[in-house]
Amino acid sequence: MAVAERYQSIEEQRRWEGSFDQLRGLVSERAITGETMLLNMGPHHPSTHGVLRLLLELDGEQIITCLPDIGFLHTGIEKSIEDKSYEKALPLTDRMDYLSPMSNNMVYASAVEKLLALDVPERAQIIRVICLELARCASHLVWLGTHAIDMGAMSVLLYAFRERERILGMFEMLSGQRMMSSYIRPGGVWRDVPADFLPTIKQFLADFPAKVDDYEALLTRNPIWKDRAQGVGVIEPDIALAHGMTGPALRGSGVNWDLRKAQPYSGYETYEFNVPLGEHGDVYDRYLIRIQEFRESMKILNQAVARLERVQGPYRSENRKYCPPLRSELGQSMEAVIHHFKLWTYGYDAPDDEIYCAIESPRGEIGCYIHGTGANKPRRVHFKTPSFMHISALPVVSKGYLLADMVAIIGSVDIVLGDCDR
Amino acid sequence: MQIPAARDPVSALRETFGADILHVKEFRGETTIVVSVWRLPEALDFLRISAGLVYNMLSDVSAVDYYPDDYGAAFDGGARDFRPQRFAVSYHILSLLYNRRLRVKAFADGEDPRLPTATMVWPAADWLEREIADMMGIVFEGHPDQRRLLMPEDWFGHPHRRDYPLGKETVAFSFNEAEIRKHKPFARD
Repeated sequence: MAVAERYQSIEEQRRWEGSFDQLRGLVSERAITGETMLLNMGPHHPSTHGVLRLLLELDGEQIITCLPDIGFLHTGIEKSIEDKSYEKALPLTDRMDYLSPMSNNMVYASAVEKLLALDVPERAQIIRVICLELARCASHLVWLGTHAIDMGAMSVLLYAFRERERILGMFEMLSGQRMMSSYIRPGGVWRDVPADFLPTIKQFLADFPAKVDDYEALLTRNPIWKDRAQGVGVIEPDIALAHGMTGPALRGSGVNWDLRKAQPYSGYETYEFNVPLGEHGDVYDRYLIRIQEFRESMKILNQAVARLERVQGPYRSENRKYCPPLRSELGQSMEAVIHHFKLWTYGYDAPDDEIYCAIESPRGEIGCYIHGTGANKPRRVHFKTPSFMHISALPVVSKGYLLADMVAIIGSVDIVLGDCDR
Repeated sequence: MQIPAARDPVSALRETFGADILHVKEFRGETTIVVSVWRLPEALDFLRISAGLVYNMLSDVSAVDYYPDDYGAAFDGGARDFRPQRFAVSYHILSLLYNRRLRVKAFADGEDPRLPTATMVWPAADWLEREIADMMGIVFEGHPDQRRLLMPEDWFGHPHRRDYPLGKETVAFSFNEAEIRKHKPFARD
C-alpha cells in the first residue's frame, strides 16, 4: 500500500510523523534538515538492559547526540513509601535494583537505623556483609553474561547464570525468596541463617574461583573481545566525577573511591580486601575491575564465613521498641505480645528530621534520603541510584563513538532500569 | 603535592556569605547549612573550588514538601527546626579529598517555587534537578532542559507533592467485580 493511501489526509499523516519542534535545541540543526539521521534505540532493544529509549543522532555511524528517555519503569516507589510505616516499606525497595535487592534493603535499613539511632548486633552485621557480597557476585554475573552477549560472545551467559543460580539458591535458603528477598531489615536481618547455609556457602566458595578463571579464559585474552572493548567508551576521571559517576565506572578511570573503604559500614573496616582500579577508563578496564571484584568479594566472604561460625548472639537488635520479639517469647511474655502488636499494626515513630545514608552497591553509590514526620510514616524518601547518574552521563560518554560501540558502553557502565526509574 | 588542611565548611561559608547563611543544623553527625536562595549556586561553587573544602562530587539532590503545616513562623530555627517556606531542596555534596559530606539546603515558596539551577557547578545536577522539577514542580531557573523526566509529558500535576493524592485501587471480589469493571479505564476505551 502506498504511504499516501494509509492516511485519510495530509494532516493525519503529519500528525503520525510528528514534528521536529520539540527536538529543537536538543539535537543539532543538521538533524532538522535531514543531513544527519535520527535513530530510535529501544525501548525494546535487547542491549538496553530493560526499557531505556535512546534517541541517537548519527552522522554515518558516528554518534553526535544521544538523548536518553527514561521513565518507562517508573513505579512511584518513593511516593508509595510515604503511605507506609518504615518496616512495611522495605519490600518496595527490593523492586528498585532487581539484580541486587540486598543492597537496596541494606541502604534503606541503614538509613532507618541512622534516623532512629538503632544498634545492629555483630552477628547481624556479619550476615549482612555475606549477603551484600553474594549480591555483588550475583549482580556482576548477570552483568558479565548480558554484556558478553551484547558484544557477541554467546556462551558466557549460560556459565554466568549457572553460578548465579547457586547464589539465588542461597538467598532462598536465607529468606525464602530467590530475588525479592527483603532479608535485611532495620536493626539486623529477618532471621538467623539456617543450619545448612554454612556448608552450602563453603562449597560455593570452594568452587567459584575456578569458575571466574573460566570466564577470564573465555574473554580476557580473546582478541575479538579486546578489539571491541579496548579504547572504547573512555571516561576521563574529572568527567566521571563531574557527572556523579560512582562504583566500577569511576574506579575504571583510576579514581580510588569505594565507600566500603572510605566510609565503612556494617564492619567493612575489619575485613581485608583490595579495591581494583583501572588505568584507561575504557570498556575493557571496567570489565577487568568487575572480574577482580569477584575475587575480592571471595576474600571478604571467606573472612565473613569464618567469623560467622565464631560469633554467636542475636541476629537483630534487642531494642523492642523498634524490632519485633522472637516468636518463642510470645507465649510467655505479655510485654512481647504488646510489642509485637504495636510493631505490626502501627510501627514506630521516627524523628521529624532528615538524614542521608549511602552504601556501595554493585553499580556504585546508592543513597537514601529520609525525612521523617515525627510519626510512623516518612515525609519523603528519596533514593539516589547509580544507574540514574550513569544514564544521565551517557550522552557525554558516548559522544563520537560508533553505534556498535554504544552497545558496549551501555553494557560496561552496568545500568538497571528499575534502579534508574524507581 | 601538599594537600591543604581541611577547613570547617560552616565558618568558611559564614566568613564569605555572612547573613546569607540562614541556619546551621547538626543531626546524627550530618551538617545541614541553609543558604539564601539567590546565593545558592555561588555558595555551591565556593564549596566546590575553595582550598580546604573541595566538595568535588554531587551525591544527591532531593526535595521535600512540608505541606500542610510543618513550616512557617513556628519553625524559626529553635528546637523545631528551621523551615520558613513550604519546599526545601537539599544538595548532598561529598568531598573525596577530605572524605566528608555536607548538606546545603535552600527553601522555595509554596505558590511559585523557583530556585536557581546548579548545573553550571555540577553537570550531575542536570537530571537530579529535572527529576525534582517533574515530581515536585519546583522550577529551576536557567536549567538547560526543562522537559519532564520520569512522568509522561502530558501528565497533570507533580506526584511527589504532599497534596497529590496517593491513588488506590479497590480489590475486586466476585460481589463487586462487575461494578469495578464498569468504571475502570481499560486500554480499549
